[in-house]
Amino acid sequence: MVTAQQVWNALDEIPDPEIPVISLVDLGVIRSVDVRDGHVHVELTPTFLGCPALEMMKHALEEKVSALGGEPEVQVIQDDSWSTDRITPAGREKLRAAGFAPPAPREASAPTLVQLQAKVHRCPYCGSTETRLENIFGPTPCRSLRYCESCRQPFEQFKTI
Amino acid sequence: MGGVGSTEPHRSDVPALPARRDSQQELLLGLADDELVIGWRDSEWTGIAPLLEEDVAFSSIAQNEIGHARALYELLGDDADALAFDRRPDEYRCAPLVELPLLEWAHTIARRWLYETADEIRITALLDDDDPGVAGLAAKINREEAYHRMHAEMWRERLADTPQFRAAVEELWPYALGVLPPEQRGALAARVGLEEADAFERGTHTDGLAELWEEMTMVRRSAPAGAQW
Repeated sequence: MVTAQQVWNALDEIPDPEIPVISLVDLGVIRSVDVRDGHVHVELTPTFLGCPALEMMKHALEEKVSALGGEPEVQVIQDDSWSTDRITPAGREKLRAAGFAPPAPREASAPTLVQLQAKVHRCPYCGSTETRLENIFGPTPCRSLRYCESCRQPFEQFKTI
Repeated sequence: MGGVGSTEPHRSDVPALPARRDSQQELLLGLADDELVIGWRDSEWTGIAPLLEEDVAFSSIAQNEIGHARALYELLGDDADALAFDRRPDEYRCAPLVELPLLEWAHTIARRWLYETADEIRITALLDDDDPGVAGLAAKINREEAYHRMHAEMWRERLADTPQFRAAVEELWPYALGVLPPEQRGALAARVGLEEADAFERGTHTDGLAELWEEMTMVRRSAPAGAQW
């Protein structure tokens, strides 16, 4: 009989479809795993509601659970439970190593343009905070574009959500 | 049934629409339709925006808005695609503001700014909704919209003093009021700095919707019933 730990371990092998350096577990989109009589109930919480990778994630989860011999039941939770704060410390380090600046911590109020323009965002390549906002939007809804004045590299910054 | 150019949607697929007397359902359907239609309109800048950064921004914003519409339709019924694409144009509940074809920059920015300002007022009101499904989704949407508001505000600051932008805001103001129910319009007027006026009300439609509907539902109408994607 499959155990919850086996499921978690298997799900940790599924790469994020858009940023394959981190797994779905690293990304924090798996809210819970519940195993009962071979039925594996997984709660999946989307990053952004319009994320086209959501269906791919759902199918990948179902395949992994089926491969373990479990009966998958994936439930997509559409509330505010996913935040960039759910990205694990290991996930954040993997992002940084791949050239993506990890998100700043979420605050109670919504982020502001002043915060995005502040010199607190660290370059993933050289560590400098002498970086500037180039565009609020980037190649996917979850990323902004920044430029490092110190090492002159453009980089992608995870938006805080 | 079906075929490109057919104006008849797959009526057999249409889920029961929310009862009109239920004001909450009506409000959520209006919100969902607004997000779907403005998402389509925003996506019209993909590839042709005056700045490459705006190609990217408008594409992302459109993707988010349509994502919000999908989540709201799923809250209202089982089949989001059926609610989005199987209704006749006169059954949509979107505000006339979002229907307008506005491929002119000052008007586009004026609409984005007015729409996001109005949207923030109604989304904020939903954060305390008695239904946890509604309140939770509103909180999620609100987090994403924060970035749309920043984008709109940034452009409003840049264009505020130009005659083109001022004229566009004035022209779109009665449409913007129509996004909100009467009791929330005072808050919008205060934020925008204009007096309340007669609104273009939700439930009436412009020619823009009929034209957009043809395009938006074309693939769905041309596919044989029961096709799997």
